Amino acid sequence: MKADLAADRESGKDAVFGGDPLTLYGVALASRLLAGTAQYPSPAILSRAIAAAKVEIVTVSLRRESGGNQAGARFWALIRDLGVRVLPNTAGCRGVKEAVTTAQMAREIFDTAWIKLEVIGEEDTLQPDVFGLVEAAAILTRDGFQVFPYTTEDLVAAEKLLGVGCEVLMPWGSPIGSGRGLNNPYALRSLRAHFPQVPLIIDAGIGAPSHAAAAMEMGFDAVLSNTAIAKAGDPVAMARAFALAVEAGRTGYRADLMQARDMAAPSTPVIGRAFNDLANDRARA
Amino acid sequence: MHIHVNGKALDVAAATLAALLAELDYEDAAVATALNQMFVRRRDRGDTPLKEGDAVEILTPRQGG
Repeated sequence: MKADLAADRESGKDAVFGGDPLTLYGVALASRLLAGTAQYPSPAILSRAIAAAKVEIVTVSLRRESGGNQAGARFWALIRDLGVRVLPNTAGCRGVKEAVTTAQMAREIFDTAWIKLEVIGEEDTLQPDVFGLVEAAAILTRDGFQVFPYTTEDLVAAEKLLGVGCEVLMPWGSPIGSGRGLNNPYALRSLRAHFPQVPLIIDAGIGAPSHAAAAMEMGFDAVLSNTAIAKAGDPVAMARAFALAVEAGRTGYRADLMQARDMAAPSTPVIGRAFNDLANDRARA
Repeated sequence: MHIHVNGKALDVAAATLAALLAELDYEDAAVATALNQMFVRRRDRGDTPLKEGDAVEILTPRQGG
């Protein structure tokens, strides 16, 4: 990592983004922050937040609309004006058939093969049903989709998702909307270590910029945040804060973090310290 | 004919999915459709007949996380 960062710097590439793109299904991206589009105080604030954070991928969904309302059309026009890529989700789907049908509908309307696949298995935690997730992912990849599965930190589920053709995984940090950050750092580190070449995007539960920075310092490739930005007192400023945190965390990871230790280790040189002999006298006394 | 559209019971005249969208003023809107939980492509709507008791979903883009 350190060598990569130094090489990028020497070659004149930007150390953070230009020389370190995030590649998802063959698409190279400069930004490692993905943003949800729900719960913002207004469409204008959503637009400004996305622009402030230089986000390149936003998540969107499909919902029922009553005739003549046109809310969906207005929202879709706003997203198109932002010039970002969309990652449609199957949010709220509880079964394989429901998720697959929703994905197929999303592909037609958003004109993309990308799908953030959610198959929810438990109501209190909105935990993914990893069994249904693998089944739905297999169906969708065979049908030409590029699947971004919303999963847990489970290594076996991850292996099976990769086995059915997923090239990106989106493990949860903690339950959707909880803002608890990284609930299980041990398991997330294991996941990162087991799949060093697979793009891993922390999705769900990120509540503060520091959570995003921590995820990036662990070596995750990107972070998706919705509620923490949208429900902030100032979503535009929070979007910017998240972008900075993701950038800081990524740069820190690439710069090779020091190992933590239990005992103190003086950072200022000990040799040449004034009054050193007095300290020695005290020790002898 | 009695069908369900987005979970609501409706009495409609349309014989096909395409005709239903026209009847409900969705004709020009960006929508995706499903019939009895199966996706129906835009180009297939005209050839998709409706029958009594069918459940139609008409979805549009929306904010998502």
